[in-house]
Amino acid sequence: MKLPIYLDYAATTPVDPRVAEKMMQFLTMDGQFGNPASRSHRFGWQAEEAVEIARSQIAELVNADPREIVFTSGATESNNLAIKGAAEFYHKKGKHLITVKTEHKAVLDTMRQLERDGFEVTYLDVEANGLVDLAKLEQAMRPDTTVVSIMMVNNEIGVVQDVAAIGELCRSKGIIFHVDAAQATGKVEIDLQQLKVDLMSFSGHKTYGPKGIGALFVRRKPRIRLEAQTHGGGHERGMRSGTLATHQIVAMGEAFRLAKEEMAAEQQRITALRDRLWNGIKDIEQVFLNGDAQARVPNITNVSFNYVEGESLIMALKDIAVSSGSACTSASLEPSYVLRALGLSDELAHSSIRFSIGRFTTEEQIDHTIKIVHEAIAKLREMSPLWDMYKDGIDLNTVAWVAH
Amino acid sequence: MAYSNKVIDHYENPRNVGSFAKDDPSVATGMVGAPACGDVMKLQIKVNEQGIIEDAKFKTYGCGSAIASSSLVTEWVKGKTLDEAQQIKNTDIAQELALPPVKIHCSILAEDAIKAAIADYKQKRGG
Repeated sequence: MKLPIYLDYAATTPVDPRVAEKMMQFLTMDGQFGNPASRSHRFGWQAEEAVEIARSQIAELVNADPREIVFTSGATESNNLAIKGAAEFYHKKGKHLITVKTEHKAVLDTMRQLERDGFEVTYLDVEANGLVDLAKLEQAMRPDTTVVSIMMVNNEIGVVQDVAAIGELCRSKGIIFHVDAAQATGKVEIDLQQLKVDLMSFSGHKTYGPKGIGALFVRRKPRIRLEAQTHGGGHERGMRSGTLATHQIVAMGEAFRLAKEEMAAEQQRITALRDRLWNGIKDIEQVFLNGDAQARVPNITNVSFNYVEGESLIMALKDIAVSSGSACTSASLEPSYVLRALGLSDELAHSSIRFSIGRFTTEEQIDHTIKIVHEAIAKLREMSPLWDMYKDGIDLNTVAWVAH
Repeated sequence: MAYSNKVIDHYENPRNVGSFAKDDPSVATGMVGAPACGDVMKLQIKVNEQGIIEDAKFKTYGCGSAIASSSLVTEWVKGKTLDEAQQIKNTDIAQELALPPVKIHCSILAEDAIKAAIADYKQKRGG
């Protein structure tokens, strides 16, 4: 078995070899390298045709109209364009926006910027399972609320929000609903004919496409308008100027086509691997699954191992590539804000590991992971004064710690 | 995270992990840090009649640097008098392990652990 084992598919996925092969046909002199905006020759026409095919492939995965797809550089840009674009365009209607504390930074930081620009933002709490309480969302809505932004699948804990119900609620109040679906494509069914979603962000590299490409769904009926954030040649119907990255767009199209074709079988396989992993570690003492046990994608399993610290755990798990919610793995030295929003103690947030499984994960890799997790936990608990105290029946909350 | 080979060595082969019996009068304990901060160090020293640290053990909850820092100081304090051990500086620990700037607090914690253990010993003796 090749080591280390990659179990960080939620951070990024490798490009599917079928996608890479397609992508390479759009780069060199021998390939279709033309600028899709060139209207005066074949090179341009061919590139434009390839872009439009990709646009349809992306639309088909989410049951949208190809004309509703705008290409961007990634989900971060899509989130920026959607939220800033809608907030600014509809600012005369109101200047209040709503989002959730467990959103990706690309949404939260965009909201912070809008606050500096004079908007007011409500950051909703989530329940202990990571889900939004619809009644609380409704209470937060005001006559001057213009945009609600809530992600479909959480990148850290994998919980799936009830986008259908939130969409109904937003539509009934005439509020624009933006959904960050970067982690959702190819994992959950998305039907934009049914869902009352106005804007939806997509990423190429979370679904076996390349990095540096994403898309934004902008609904036509009822029509949603955006203030452009990038100005120039008026590409993408004026919403996002800049020469289209044909090779990346074609690759994202192919990746989304494969996702549609293989989603059912792939999710079944990944669910089996996830169950195998969880069954292999759930009997370790003081192990907790973070986020709702039902409403979540099988790809992401976020687990806290109490009384061991996340970064040292990652070091002990050097044969597997995973992420931790521990402060020590981040520059900010703050434990994961997502886990804190679930109400986890600092210790449990520090002790968390995100295992994310994907297309190329094997049973053998999962079995090896289970084995080294057991070894690592045993080793670190042997070294942990907190574990000793727990075993001695001391409540850590009653200890007077010498914080530093 | 790019750690020095010394940190990795101490992390993978920690020296002197364990505990002494608390009721042994020659044993003193220093426990510093807090779970909320992501690191807790427990350092125990065993001091002989001449006031020399004969043995040391640690248990640490924390990142790789925290574990390496505590492992290192258990090696360093052995054979030292209490006064000599008191002189160990966090900068020495950080330098020895080539800790990155963001991990300097781990070396400070290790220095604090030594001081806390010595203070505990003195209190035990004085009291």
